[in-house]
Amino acid sequence: MRIPCPYCGSRDVSEFSYLGDAAPQRPDPSGDASSVEAAFFDYVYLRDNPAGPHRGLWYHGAGCRSWLVVRRNPSTHEILDVALAAKEPVA
Amino acid sequence: MRYSLFSLLGNTLGGHKGWQPTWRDAAPKPSYDVVIVGGGGHGLATAYYLASRYGVRNVAVLEKGWIGGGNMGRNTTIIRSNYLLPGNIPLYELSMKLWEGLEQDFNYNAMVSQRGVLNLYHSDAQRDAYARRGNAMRLHGVDAELLDRDGVRKLYPFLNFDDARFPIQGGLLQARGGTARHDAVAWGFARGASDRGVDIVQNCEVTGITIVDGRVTGVETTRGPIAAGKVGIAVAGSSSRVAAMAGMRLPIESFVLQAMVSEGLKPIIPGVITFGAGHFYISQSDKGGLVFGGDLDGYNSYAQRGNLPTVEDICEGGMALMPAIGRARILRTWAGLCDMSMDGSPIIDRTPTRNLYLNAGWNYGGFKATPGSGLVFAHLLARDEPHPAATELRLDRFARGAVIDEKGQGAQPNLH
Ligand SMILES: Cc1cc2nc3c(=O)[nH]c(=O)nc-3n(C[C@H](O)[C@H](O)[C@H](O)COP(=O)(O)OP(=O)(O)OC[C@H]3O[C@@H](n4cnc5c(N)ncnc54)[C@H](O)[C@@H]3O)c2cc1C
Ligand SMILES: [Zn+2]
Repeated sequence: MRIPCPYCGSRDVSEFSYLGDAAPQRPDPSGDASSVEAAFFDYVYLRDNPAGPHRGLWYHGAGCRSWLVVRRNPSTHEILDVALAAKEPVA
Repeated sequence: MRYSLFSLLGNTLGGHKGWQPTWRDAAPKPSYDVVIVGGGGHGLATAYYLASRYGVRNVAVLEKGWIGGGNMGRNTTIIRSNYLLPGNIPLYELSMKLWEGLEQDFNYNAMVSQRGVLNLYHSDAQRDAYARRGNAMRLHGVDAELLDRDGVRKLYPFLNFDDARFPIQGGLLQARGGTARHDAVAWGFARGASDRGVDIVQNCEVTGITIVDGRVTGVETTRGPIAAGKVGIAVAGSSSRVAAMAGMRLPIESFVLQAMVSEGLKPIIPGVITFGAGHFYISQSDKGGLVFGGDLDGYNSYAQRGNLPTVEDICEGGMALMPAIGRARILRTWAGLCDMSMDGSPIIDRTPTRNLYLNAGWNYGGFKATPGSGLVFAHLLARDEPHPAATELRLDRFARGAVIDEKGQGAQPNLH
């Protein structure tokens, strides 16, 4: 698998590390305790884990050291598009 | 047909023309008491124990491809019960005890071979961690022996003891661990279940779960709807996809794990060895191939094939540990789909939908659990309460903060 980094161009996957799904959003910790707890449970543990297009956070540690949001098809290894995480609303 | 010396002799005299198919390839009936989704080892073992121990025989196992074509036929066949945490040890040790009597129980040669599993350590801290693990095992009545460097040298003189960075200091040995022939385990359970009336239905993908008033009533399949009193899900790497049919999200992500096998060689490695400083493990099959693997490809995937950097990393681990294998050629590599749970431990429980049960989260280590998983899941399906060996493996443990985090990696499925 090769990931086209916006700064560095197409690079081998071994230059990157994967953090996880880009979808979960850290919930607002203020508010009613039980709903905050449920929201954190969801955020920390539950995943859609789709077999089709999926957005994940990747770190280009052996390159430009940017955080990227990579849209990828986990059933085929196909990379659909790549954006800088800093410029991307992560939700 | 029961296999025995006499059946072998009889068939030899008959020119081997009288052997029967091992199990019935059934067509689906309109309705069953229990439908099990997934014809891997765990689904087949569940059906076998439902029929043989709990007397529930109106059962179907539905498999989208062919039985044993998933992880069951892709794993590296290692069986062991060298776990650390009290939530895990009882299940894996139950499973180990079942392995020890399995072939007599289902009258099939599963080539269970207790050749010993040795985990090497390379630092003082790692030795202490293994001493602790060994003690936990012995407290639970599981065999464990902490070997020093000379103890390891006696077993495996050819290892690289003087590696500059990771010299071998010793290892934790579970002598009762070993390997079993994975396909034969699937076929043996299939035969035992089929002989007791269970329908094993291949090429039958479950595409929907029918729920009426919060209770499951059956499944939709590529071979039509099938009604069911109870439905058990045992689909390994596809757990999230099948659970989604019942509106559930799981604390699971799917990852691929690779393995590879070398050309056939003369016997050189009697047992199973794992490298403690990197991720590499190896054994030798009865055909002579070196069977080895290591880390997951570190990101979620459903591809059932891996990427080359992981292969390279695994081979480097192998070279660091036993340089002698460097000239063996790799024959094949492959990958299977692992349902990595958020704490690295399995989930065996009821679901919020009545009469729908889940057996999932086996990560990359569920082969050793095959008989135990089948038995405890059959117990849950038949009795509606958890088997004593699986009381901690509940679905709500994440919400309760009662995770069973064997590796201490937190909620990072790619690290477990
Ligand atoms: C490379 C590799 C090496 C491994 N090595 C070891 C090892 O040495 N020791 C160990 O203990 N474990 C090992 N494992 C893990 C172990 O193989 C798995 O945890 C275990 O086999 C999973 O259970 P199973 O056998 O039922 O899964 P599977 O055999 O994957 O069964 C699940 C079945 O469900 C079917 N299915 C999926 N969706 C549907 C649907 N919608 N309808 C109908 N059927 C469906 C699939 O086709 C599949 O056959 C390894 C795994 C891999 C990939
Ligand atoms: Zn870059």
